[in-house]
Amino acid sequence: MTVPLDVPGATEAHPEAVLQGAGPIAGRSLGEIAWTRLKRDRVALTGGGVVIFLIILAIFAPLVVSLVGHPPNDFHQDLVDPELSTPIGRFGGVSLDFPFGIEPQNGRDLFSRVVYGSRISLLIAFLATLLSVIIGVTLGVVAGYFGGWVDSFIGRLMDVFLAFPLVVFAIALAGVIPNAAFGLSGDALKVSVLVFIIGFFSWPYIGRIVRGQTLSLREREFVDAARSLGAGNVYILRKELLPNLIAPILVYSTLLIPTNILFEAALAYLGVGVQPPTATWGGMLSDATNWYQTDPWFLLPPGLAIFVTVLAFNLFGDGLRDALDPRTR
Amino acid sequence: MRRTRGLATFAVAATVSVGLAACGGASSGTSSSSSSSSSAGAGSAAAFNAGETSVVNPSDTKGGTLRMAISDDWDSLDPGDTYYAFAWDFVRLYGRSLTTFTSAPGKDSSKVVPDLAESLGKSTDGGKTWTYTLRKGLKYEDGTPITSKDVKYAVARSLDKEILVNGPTYFGDFLDLQGYTSPYKLKDAGAGLKAIETPDDSTIVFHLKKPFASFDYLAGLPATIPVPAAKDTGTEYKKHVISSGPYKFETNEAGKQFTLVRNTNWDPATDPNRKGLPDRIEVKLKQNQADIDNQLLAGTLDVDVSGSGVGTEAQGRILSDPKLKANADNPIGTRTWYISVNGDVAPLDKVECRQAVQYATDKTSVQRAYGGATGGEIATNILPPTISGQQRFNMYPPGADNKGDLEKAKAALAACGQPSGFTTTMAFRSDRPKEKATAEAMQQALKRVGINLTLKGFPAGDYYKLYAGKPDYAKTNGLGLMTNGWGADWPDGFGFISQIVDSRTIRPSGGNYNLSVKDPAVDTMLDKAVTTADQTARDALWVDVDKKVMSDATVLPTVWSKGLYYRPTNLTNVYFTPAWDMYDYASLGVKK
Repeated sequence: MTVPLDVPGATEAHPEAVLQGAGPIAGRSLGEIAWTRLKRDRVALTGGGVVIFLIILAIFAPLVVSLVGHPPNDFHQDLVDPELSTPIGRFGGVSLDFPFGIEPQNGRDLFSRVVYGSRISLLIAFLATLLSVIIGVTLGVVAGYFGGWVDSFIGRLMDVFLAFPLVVFAIALAGVIPNAAFGLSGDALKVSVLVFIIGFFSWPYIGRIVRGQTLSLREREFVDAARSLGAGNVYILRKELLPNLIAPILVYSTLLIPTNILFEAALAYLGVGVQPPTATWGGMLSDATNWYQTDPWFLLPPGLAIFVTVLAFNLFGDGLRDALDPRTR
Repeated sequence: MRRTRGLATFAVAATVSVGLAACGGASSGTSSSSSSSSSAGAGSAAAFNAGETSVVNPSDTKGGTLRMAISDDWDSLDPGDTYYAFAWDFVRLYGRSLTTFTSAPGKDSSKVVPDLAESLGKSTDGGKTWTYTLRKGLKYEDGTPITSKDVKYAVARSLDKEILVNGPTYFGDFLDLQGYTSPYKLKDAGAGLKAIETPDDSTIVFHLKKPFASFDYLAGLPATIPVPAAKDTGTEYKKHVISSGPYKFETNEAGKQFTLVRNTNWDPATDPNRKGLPDRIEVKLKQNQADIDNQLLAGTLDVDVSGSGVGTEAQGRILSDPKLKANADNPIGTRTWYISVNGDVAPLDKVECRQAVQYATDKTSVQRAYGGATGGEIATNILPPTISGQQRFNMYPPGADNKGDLEKAKAALAACGQPSGFTTTMAFRSDRPKEKATAEAMQQALKRVGINLTLKGFPAGDYYKLYAGKPDYAKTNGLGLMTNGWGADWPDGFGFISQIVDSRTIRPSGGNYNLSVKDPAVDTMLDKAVTTADQTARDALWVDVDKKVMSDATVLPTVWSKGLYYRPTNLTNVYFTPAWDMYDYASLGVKK
């Protein structure tokens, strides 16, 4: 049973492009294609918008607070019930003057503290992510490209770091670090220590992904071509491999930031990190748990701040991944 | 030597109980109105703080079951092995020590009276030898007579901290042991202990290393409750303690619950201190704290044994409901919260700089950190008002509104050569929200005169061992101010102040509770007080110590702690006793 070749109408078939009669076919770069896809993803765009808004808010916190709120560490004890220690008024003392209400006991402005808290959270999350990406990419590429004993060594190193009891280490370190060290003091020192703890111990996650990608990339034709043309290892790493790794690195970083925000909040909740009275979201949550029976409203501002930020980063990161690498959909 | 107490934490209790709360409030409201009409007699009717100064619902009616519960558990039911205040109060239901505190409300209760002994101790040899004579007709629950040898054996076994790990170490510190360690390590139990003599079955003589005038307080420790050597099973003895008091153990399920019933061999004629009203006492262990509070308010439970008062949620309900409030007490306890001002750290080495801190403190703000007026009274000196012979004085009046005297603070700063203020670090226990709030309040208050505080939190578990309590660490890290607190082992000056101001107790290796008082003159005054036989004169000397330390300004007292206690209307004969900082459990009765 064979199919007749002279199917009616077969000759009228035309290539799509010719049929549409559109203009000349323009070459589009990978970035352009990704941007087109991202633009169509409303959820990701909203996430991105919130992220940009939060960053601007954090940068201009002093200005915002001077316009809307009160200095974050000032007490307003006249607004607190002296017998019950809870804020006077409904919803934890919400008013025009104090849009998020006030803290029980000392009456600090929750709006200002949430806004100032975003500085610490975002700063630590960004810097820690940067640190782990730098270490992770460098070691991951080296391990994947060179293979052999280098790969084994870095692989075991990653295992060691992954097995490290990080939270216990962080709690111990926080007690040991003096008020001033390495030419830093106070909050600057504490932030640096947190960035180090979070960043330095989370690089293996991104390192493994980069190593895997490198392993598959180094066998590709263009790498062979470069090598046969006499390119050195450093040239191949920088010019041939890294540009092809940008997409996974970018996606993973965006998804690492919310994880780090949560980790910072968890550490602050445990009392590790920036010392009071500096506001952090995790620290505020930790304070709020002492009041959940009598002033549950105290939980809302820091809790919502963490929730919204993490959600926004995750939505944006997911959208970015879909845009850059549609195969994973 | 610190008595571990159940802390009135603000973080316990579950949200699910909110629903139960409404029903509880209604039922206890009705019962409280009926009780106020029925109560009569020499004591007082239910009213806010009535239990602080008088016996509420006085009664001699016997019978009924007293229902008790606690969110935690005993460290041990063994009288020789316990260091909780509530356990020392409760142990008197099944054990009798040589002496005890007066069964009366208010300040009277801090007076020591004889219990097993006929009279208080007779001291000879300048306070180094103390003799007690037992009452006649004392019996254990099995009918065998109690002898002075049993008391000696009880004290001897309590010395062995390897087997009975929990109790205080006072007897080991003061008795002239001559190398004696433990009856468990000798074949002939109790024989080698020459520091305690028992010339006959009703006489017991204690020989001390150094004179100690307050020995009658030591004789009231649960460690002097007699233990028959033949029945002692070491660490197992807590499973069935042989009773010498009005009640004996019926059942005892470790970690769950136990019940006490009347000890028919207890003779009320030999015991002027206990009423023995209920027929039966039930204690449930490891209950949820919010549940306990709700049951108290609903009247289905009579006593929260922990004696630390109700939690925040119940506190809010009690204070906002006049009917509930009439059944509550808000007394001052034998605990002072204070800030140690470290003279090792410049510029606090100058007394004027320390005084500037005293003047600049906003005491109302720190009081709020401890829960406002319900959580504590503003403290002006170290000894809390419940200590026998205490005097209130205020060397650094913080202005009429207690918010600090900034003019005097600035003058003091100028006098110490820091007119524009200085910077120092304040340490606190990071897992204690009240101390964190205190540190934040101090930072705000001292900022007003240019003293800038850097706050630094430490884990509570190692606070005294590795950080604030280690002189080297505190000095090199510049810990100028350190939150601190102290509760008395018994309500006299020795039991309170001597433990926290004696500079000779400071060990360089850490673990110190005295963080800042290093004055040889204070040490000399302590020695004089310890050996002064007359109680009135001795009490006055403790006040002098208090004054001397305050003039050095190395201690900044902030709050005398208070708790909010609820007495269900079912309870009779209720009163608060400062001796244990809770209701007197040996006097309680129930309506049914």
